[in-house]
Amino acid sequence: MATISAPEHVRSNALQNAAGLGVAGQPLLDVRNLSLSFATAGGALPVTRNVSFSIAPGERVGLVGESGCGKTVTGLSLLRLLPTHSARIEGDVLFDGTDLLKLSPRRMRAVRGRDIAMIFQEPMSALDPVFTVGDQISEAYRIHFPASKAEGRERAIAALREVGIPAPERRCDEYPHQLSGGMRQRVMIAMALICKPKLLIADEPTTALDVTVQAQITDLLRSLSERTGTALIFITHDLGVVAETCTRMITMYAGEVVEDAPVDDVLTRPRHPYTSGLLRSLPGLSKRRGVLASIPGRVPSPQAMPAGCRFRSRCTHAAPGCEADQRMIEIEPGHAARCWRAPELALAGAVN
Amino acid sequence: MTAARHDAADAGILAVRDLRILFPSRDGRDTVKAIDGMDFEVKVGETFGVIGESGSGKTTLGRALVSLLRPTYGQILHDGTDPATLGSRAFRQHRRDYQIIFQDPNAALNPRMTIIDSVVEPLEILREGDAASRRRRGIEMLERVGLAAEAADRYPHQLSGGQKQRVNIARVLTLRPKVIVCDEVVAALDVSIRGDVLNLFADLQREFGLTYVFITHDISVVSHISDRIAVTYLGKLMELGPAEDVVERPLHPYTRALLSSEPIPLPSHLRVDRRIILEGEIPSPVSPPSGCRFRTRCPSVQPRCAEDVPAWREVRPGHLVACHFATAEGPPADNQQARSAS
Ligand SMILES: Nc1ncnc2c1ncn2[C@@H]1O[C@H](COP(=O)(O)OP(=O)(O)OP(=O)(O)O)[C@@H](O)[C@H]1O
Ligand SMILES: Nc1ncnc2c1ncn2[C@@H]1O[C@H](COP(=O)(O)OP(=O)(O)OP(=O)(O)O)[C@@H](O)[C@H]1O
Ligand code: SF4
Ligand code: SF4
Ligand SMILES: [Mg+2]
Ligand SMILES: [Mg+2]
Repeated sequence: MATISAPEHVRSNALQNAAGLGVAGQPLLDVRNLSLSFATAGGALPVTRNVSFSIAPGERVGLVGESGCGKTVTGLSLLRLLPTHSARIEGDVLFDGTDLLKLSPRRMRAVRGRDIAMIFQEPMSALDPVFTVGDQISEAYRIHFPASKAEGRERAIAALREVGIPAPERRCDEYPHQLSGGMRQRVMIAMALICKPKLLIADEPTTALDVTVQAQITDLLRSLSERTGTALIFITHDLGVVAETCTRMITMYAGEVVEDAPVDDVLTRPRHPYTSGLLRSLPGLSKRRGVLASIPGRVPSPQAMPAGCRFRSRCTHAAPGCEADQRMIEIEPGHAARCWRAPELALAGAVN
Repeated sequence: MTAARHDAADAGILAVRDLRILFPSRDGRDTVKAIDGMDFEVKVGETFGVIGESGSGKTTLGRALVSLLRPTYGQILHDGTDPATLGSRAFRQHRRDYQIIFQDPNAALNPRMTIIDSVVEPLEILREGDAASRRRRGIEMLERVGLAAEAADRYPHQLSGGQKQRVNIARVLTLRPKVIVCDEVVAALDVSIRGDVLNLFADLQREFGLTYVFITHDISVVSHISDRIAVTYLGKLMELGPAEDVVERPLHPYTRALLSSEPIPLPSHLRVDRRIILEGEIPSPVSPPSGCRFRTRCPSVQPRCAEDVPAWREVRPGHLVACHFATAEGPPADNQQARSAS
């Protein structure tokens, strides 16, 4: 059990994923010490700090944590989709060995949509109401590849079929408002996958959908990723969705990664008290009509972030030593937590 | 479970009789059948869970239960009284006993009013007591829901979502209602504080003998807190029974599919992969399918299902279902299973 600094942990973590490594033995995505702040009227507002993780080709990673912890901004910063005038990004985002943060805007546009695609919670805001869905999917392809309109249409129809839309030849000529919510999300997925990206970032793609439709979409994402080898970052607050869709789970708290582990490991034996608290709060896993666990207190605001462990004011395991800044500690191969007590604590998981 | 359970045998505190609620559609040309025939009772002191997909009529039902909407047909009785027959003055007094809390913790809070002013506002409208006694009662309630007295003079933006939801609860509790309809009250809350709010509801029920109608699409929440569960689909009840039975041994193919769609946070070796993935989405309530309205998505559908509307039958004691083929053993086998078995 080694105590190592964050960048080292990232490197060794990438080695642990050897099974999913590309030919060059490199992770597909290697995020190192990504820190993000926004310029506001009241000065710089720090939002994430030293976020580090890596993703192997074809891997499916769930990014979880409570509202405001920085999941969406992390996803957006990988694609440089944050407002350039106010967002300040530090760190490296190595994609296939290239630092995306250093690319020219033109080269970044070539990566966006082609190598890395992103889908959002509300598909209506990402679809243009005045074009047919077929035209929009076709256009997403023709931005990156030379193809005739006829070929674009063929590809759009094939993509709609691939995501399970019945009668794709007809749907292709419909407008977004003619589709149901689940259907629109399928269109978004078809559009995101049309260029066969290596990485898909999905930000709460099922949160607005009913459970029966959510099950259809998560199944679709998982099987597409398995079939095409597209890696997936699945941003969600739903640990059940992560368990059923992903291979690894990264927990964020107050702008930091606090745990990074294979899904089955972390559900069985979480190593960070915050992850354990999240798991124990789930009503499905506790006794019917019994008292539910909760995590007392609330997330500190970015303006008043305490020094040392950011979870300290809510942690039942806090002890002298926790007031120091915490590093990611690798507890077992591929499983790391930002808590110096992690190796000695026996924390409850989803099963007891 | 609850203090008032012993006298729950008689007619419910809420009795819903052949309820139908119709709206003109947005373009005014059609009729939306938001509630298309429901019959049930809610007993004093129980937690009555309502689950169902978006658009199945849950919020419409909740609003009607507290007289925010009038039935188009049928009746809703409050403790035996039809509020529609009351004069306006008596109606105002009566309505304070039947309250509703909505999903958005911000909706009922005026951003320019302090927390305590929001909490005592309903008392002020009813002209109860003087300003000092209202404030005292308000503070008492804020403390009761776990907010320190110093929260009283803050503004909504200075509180977290969970704290704001507590303020809404305190606001409703100052009226000392008999029934509270909770419409997706924890949906907007993070899991870490969701447990807190649900525990609070349970405590208050024990203390005040409250009756809850708990509307949600979160199956794990509803099965955790409910005594009985009703399952809605396209404006009708599909199933109604004791919570444990509905969750452990459902009778309706829709309930079975709904339960199996719920993502479960268990490691792979403990997960039994019996997911039933329903095809398609809930049809439009303007023209629900003929016969059984679930038939367009039902994995057990038979020719008869398009012809006849299933009767609302008691198949196990206290456990009702609307499916031609459900038996005390459970829902009919799905067609694929039946085929591969033969
Ligand atoms: N453009 C912006 N300017 C200033 N602050 C921002 C901006 N975008 C996000 N933030 C802040 O950054 C923090 C992280 O936001 P983010 O949207 O990433 O949270 P999240 O983890 O995705 O939460 P949720 O689960 O609610 O979607 C929040 O405090 C948010 O208010
Ligand atoms: N005022 C209204 N005018 C027209 N249609 C309405 C009105 N209110 C509700 N509806 C329609 O009635 C149906 C039932 O709506 P309701 O809001 O009760 O569903 P719900 O079960 O609460 O859904 P959700 O889970 O999305 O909250 C929907 O089709 C809705 O569009
Ligand atoms: S470092 Fe201390 S306060 Fe932080 S999670 Fe670990 S035990 Fe809790
Ligand atoms: S009546 Fe027919 S369609 Fe309806 S639930 Fe039963 S089997 Fe399915
Ligand atoms: Mg977000
Ligand atoms: Mg609703």
